[in-house]
Amino acid sequence: MTEALNLKSRLLRRGGGIAAGALLAATLLTPAVSEAQTITGVMHSGLRVLDPVITTAHITRNHAYMIYDVLLAQDENFEPQPQMADWEVSDDGLTYTFTLRDGLVFHDGEAVTAEDAVASLNRWGKRDSGGQLIFDVTESLEATDEKTLTWTLSEPFEPLISVISKQSALPPFIMPKRVAETSADTPIEEHIGSGPFVFVEDEFDPGQRVVYERFDDYVPRDEEPSWMAGGKHVYVDRVVWVNMADQQTAINALGAGEIDYIEQVQVDLLPMVESNPDVVVERRDPLGYQTMGRMNFKHPPFDDKKLRQAALLALSQEDVLATMVGNPEYYELCGAIFGCGTPLADETGSESLTSGGDPEAAAQLLEEAGYDGTPVVLMAPTDVVTLNDQPVVAAQALRNAGFVVDLQPMDWQSVVTRRASMDPPSEGGWNIFFTNWMLPEVADPLINVMLNGRGDDGWFGWPEDEAVEALRADYVAAASPEEQAEVARKIQAHALDEVLYVPLGQYFFPQATGTNISGIIPAPVPVFWNVKKED
Amino acid sequence: MLGYIIRRILAILPVLLIVAVIVFLMLRLSPGDPAAILAGDAATPAQIDRIRTELGLNDPLHVQFITWMGQLLQGDLGTSLISRTDVWTMIERRIDPTINIALLTIFISVMLAVPMGVIAAWKHRTWADYLVMTFSVLGFSIPVFVIGYIFISIFSLQLRWLPVQGYTAPSEDLLGFFQRAILPALTLATIYIALIARMTRASMLEVLNEDYIRTARAKGVSERDVLFRHALRNAAVPIMTIIGIGFALLIGGVVVTESVFNIPGIGRLTVDAILARDYPVIQAMILLTAGIYVLVNLLIDLSYSLIDPRIRY
Repeated sequence: MTEALNLKSRLLRRGGGIAAGALLAATLLTPAVSEAQTITGVMHSGLRVLDPVITTAHITRNHAYMIYDVLLAQDENFEPQPQMADWEVSDDGLTYTFTLRDGLVFHDGEAVTAEDAVASLNRWGKRDSGGQLIFDVTESLEATDEKTLTWTLSEPFEPLISVISKQSALPPFIMPKRVAETSADTPIEEHIGSGPFVFVEDEFDPGQRVVYERFDDYVPRDEEPSWMAGGKHVYVDRVVWVNMADQQTAINALGAGEIDYIEQVQVDLLPMVESNPDVVVERRDPLGYQTMGRMNFKHPPFDDKKLRQAALLALSQEDVLATMVGNPEYYELCGAIFGCGTPLADETGSESLTSGGDPEAAAQLLEEAGYDGTPVVLMAPTDVVTLNDQPVVAAQALRNAGFVVDLQPMDWQSVVTRRASMDPPSEGGWNIFFTNWMLPEVADPLINVMLNGRGDDGWFGWPEDEAVEALRADYVAAASPEEQAEVARKIQAHALDEVLYVPLGQYFFPQATGTNISGIIPAPVPVFWNVKKED
Repeated sequence: MLGYIIRRILAILPVLLIVAVIVFLMLRLSPGDPAAILAGDAATPAQIDRIRTELGLNDPLHVQFITWMGQLLQGDLGTSLISRTDVWTMIERRIDPTINIALLTIFISVMLAVPMGVIAAWKHRTWADYLVMTFSVLGFSIPVFVIGYIFISIFSLQLRWLPVQGYTAPSEDLLGFFQRAILPALTLATIYIALIARMTRASMLEVLNEDYIRTARAKGVSERDVLFRHALRNAAVPIMTIIGIGFALLIGGVVVTESVFNIPGIGRLTVDAILARDYPVIQAMILLTAGIYVLVNLLIDLSYSLIDPRIRY
């Protein structure tokens, strides 16, 4: 220390002010300690879009859970629970009455009214696929007094409460009426909710940093927290989300105590965090993500059902997941299109996928279908860790079965743009791509966008499938959970027979926290209520 | 001189106009759709198309260009398509770390590299020269992210002297700034020290063989004055060029270093905007970078006349 000080004073005398200042900082000062009662978390991506209705981006939905509240929310058993409101259903199933609880206030001090909720639901219903189905049978949705909204249907819609309370992709967050009256296709520009945290707009640096402060006027429910339901008690003053492009930096920062939380640790970097006694590594989300492939029904070769089936037979979940994740503790074979661990899970028709693939049967189907060697244009993103490997493994599996594959590397945003093209693959279109979903986004036939059979009005790939639409209608009409499960089994069998998409199994991200952090709710969405930090 | 400066500043305008047209066209012709990115994974093509219309991306190209130019002439860089934040505010937030770290980097580089280059030339073909050249080759050869990780490992994780990451503005906390900026600045400085030291050595070697140096020595001028007053000043023009270009490069963005040290600078802003196809942000960043290059070049040219009285404009 003395030597360093001497060196520092020599440098100062010689005019090296900045260098000496740096040395002083290096020798005399320890790193800045995190502010008391601030949790700093590194999230899976930077927050850029603030409107939770216009986008299905997970980070935007997570942000929305911080600052907005929801009428109803599902607990860890997928059971809808009251959150902002209680509800009643008329005996004929045509009238739903929601009553707002006392003490609900927006961050600008205005009380939350039923009119705010109606406007928010109307805007959400224009974007959400489940919401659109409800509004197809809606006669009226109105605020009957300050705290009561009445939803009247022209025909029963059994899963209404389930759709209203869903966790992903677009939950109906409640905003002030003046904000919710924005067109559903225009991003909102005011970010005021009635949730447990307030968004600090002045400190928002898009893609880099977002700051939340505790909303002191928030009144939590009395129940224990469970997933997005129950009491949202906030025990810290501020939560700061930062985006770190380099995960190595995030791990170093956690080890040095500069941050408190990493939402997703890359599995191959786990040994670095696990060896640190001051860090806790655990699986927060018990359900994880589903990785899957989607074919284009519009163009050869996958406009032919037999060739889609051949592609499915060629693929092996184990090969994909072992390449993508590596560590078997963090992946799970699962042939259920609704995801394993969910109420509707069923694995009918997925035997080849979960048992290593069947390239011989695939080759035989190719021959029967008279495959003419039309190349399969496979879009391969190269810039997203969780999407880089599936295309490469799938390309080889398809080649092994006899397909001619044109693997086209590109960045993910190019995939996102190009998959919207309905042109033939040779003119800028495509044949197959891969993406991932959180399980709550695929766990229900009304939420799972791959099960939309409405052709050009549906999701990329555009299957025209009247049978699946009829099954989805049966699901809506099913009177009990048992009947719903029965219909879901038929949808599973039909979806894999038609190869509406190829489920490639489930994978999990570990989260990492400092040992001074406790109370994180095990749920698909990372939330910061109930979380405590010891100074 | 004043007339020259005014002419050079006016010449910036056509350069920026040409850059603006090229950037606008290249972005619109390259694949990618900000509306699809905005809408997220579960959006249908019909929903994406409606967002395109709302954002004005379905307007004819010439209409979009005229709208943008109209905004620019009023000093308005527009609004981010993705975050709906004012582009100027986004740049303002990110430019502070970039400029301050660039200045610190250049300061460290010059303070170390110029004496190193002078000594290497003065002690030509001795161990001092070889040492400087070895450092120079290493500085060029080792990727900056490796140097960054080595510094973090030593100074932050083992010695615990400095934070791993982040940035504090000097206006908020000067010591905090140095704590957080010194490692990225040193990391970046390694390559600039290598570059400037080599350039200084080469220029000095040329000058040290000149007759006026021999004359100065014959007159009995001290060796320090020979080196720093006579030789270095005459060797300074190419060194200034390198320093100026280095500064412009640093302002243009140093993505890897920003990522390794989690510095919210211009480099990451630009890369993120490109990945998200956020046209107004990309356009503004490229115009800003072009403007900085032109201005830095002007300053370099002006500095020549200060260093070398023979150069007049």
